[in-house]
Amino acid sequence: MGCCAAGCACRTAFLKSKSFALLNTSLKALARPLIGSLRDLLPVIAVVVFFQLIVLQQPLPNLAQLLSGVALVVLGLTLFIQGLEMGLFPVGESLAHALARKGSLFWLLIFAFSLGFGTTIAEPALIAVAEEASEVAAEAGAIANSQSVQEAYADGLRLTVAFAVGFAILIGVIRIVNGWPMHWMIMGGYVLVVIITSFAPREIIGIAYDSGGVTTSTITVPLVTALGVGLASSIRGRSPMIDGFGLIAFASVTPIIFVMIFGMVVH
Amino acid sequence: MQWSEVLQTLLDTAGDILPIIVMIAAFQFVVIRRPMHNLRRVVIGFTYVLIGLTLFLLGLEQALFPLGRLMATQLTDPAFIYSGIEQIAGVIHWTDYYWVYIFAFAIGFSTTIAEPALMAVAIKAAQVSGGAIHAWGLRIAVALGVAIGITLGAYRIVTGLPIHYFIIVGYVLVVIQTFYAPRRIIPLAYDSGGVTTSTVTVPVVAALGLGLAETVPGRNVLIDGFGLIAFASLFPMMSVMAYAQISEYRAYRQRSKPPE
Repeated sequence: MGCCAAGCACRTAFLKSKSFALLNTSLKALARPLIGSLRDLLPVIAVVVFFQLIVLQQPLPNLAQLLSGVALVVLGLTLFIQGLEMGLFPVGESLAHALARKGSLFWLLIFAFSLGFGTTIAEPALIAVAEEASEVAAEAGAIANSQSVQEAYADGLRLTVAFAVGFAILIGVIRIVNGWPMHWMIMGGYVLVVIITSFAPREIIGIAYDSGGVTTSTITVPLVTALGVGLASSIRGRSPMIDGFGLIAFASVTPIIFVMIFGMVVH
Repeated sequence: MQWSEVLQTLLDTAGDILPIIVMIAAFQFVVIRRPMHNLRRVVIGFTYVLIGLTLFLLGLEQALFPLGRLMATQLTDPAFIYSGIEQIAGVIHWTDYYWVYIFAFAIGFSTTIAEPALMAVAIKAAQVSGGAIHAWGLRIAVALGVAIGITLGAYRIVTGLPIHYFIIVGYVLVVIQTFYAPRRIIPLAYDSGGVTTSTVTVPVVAALGLGLAETVPGRNVLIDGFGLIAFASLFPMMSVMAYAQISEYRAYRQRSKPPE
């Protein structure tokens, strides 16, 4: 009886202890992004398995490698998103709000540019596509087929896109500050895309158009949206709904233009 | 997987996230001049980002890229296309690739409908519109947009038509719609194009396009293989504006109906 009571007391003490609470919260904190990344991946897996088994009626080759790769992707994405929510997002958002309130246009514009640039360089989808593009370009003979040239090409592509996104956020912030209507600027961007397309080499057009959609995913969207909405709500006469959104739309147009120019230089 | 490869990826990733760390630190300590809250937590967060991104990139090479290419290769294999049909003169018509289109549509629709970023945007849009737009309706509109976009992109790769014709026509349609769509939906519609292509979807879809261009006879990988993602980001703009127009029209008819 006494022994049991002591055991219970000991367990309660452990449950109340700080280290258990810390472990518990960190496990709970990881569970949510884990479910999130599983949910991201599940539709892809379901569709592929359906086609493989029902339509093609063939077993999956290299099943072990695929499964370990999927496990790495889920685990990696989970840690990545959890890390973003712990570190980058709160700091980035508080910086965006602080700078929007500070009222110095100069620092705000520098911040806008470096936020676009820095988040795009670290964007996983862009790293993946740039690498793939450099391999394809080397195989097709558009650039020299060597490791160092390929790496230089992929890095050049990413730097170009990051520069374009930085530029887009800069322009977008100027738009919010001045309250210009967005669709005229987007249309101007479209006209530029059409004009440059007629001068760009054919090999770069597909990559350029894709880079518009690739740039804006996991890291860039939340931080850039926070900057836009924070800015629109701290300037009088701006509505967060009409003026706060739309930075992403700029960031999807400028990379197309810049990458085509990159293609004209490289090819 | 070799340890040297893991180490190399880890070093590359560290280089990738260095700019953002430098920039955040510079603004925090030089411009704002305020100490950082929860510095330990932030450092742990960046360590998670570093490890997570490294693992993701390693898994990408092993799973997501091969999956996309594998599906493209198998679905365009003449042996699969002509199973049961007698091959006529060795020419494959674009309609014979119908399983490719069905696959493209299924991948586009299923990945978008489950996209968490889209759910958040849809709920916000429903609140702002005052009930004229339903969260589910918007999600289905975006998912249909992505699905149709990727399917049309697959059709373009199979036929080898130049991508800019499609994109330019798409731009013209977006511009025309912009003049007729409800004003409040426009920024949201423009943003929804970029938001929908998630980190998991992009590599699979990109690999699908490259795989298609590799296996369909007469296609150049560099010229024809890219562009699926561009289609997937253009079409949601149209479908979201179309959805807003339809729901506004229906709300208008409801209001103007005479009371019985």
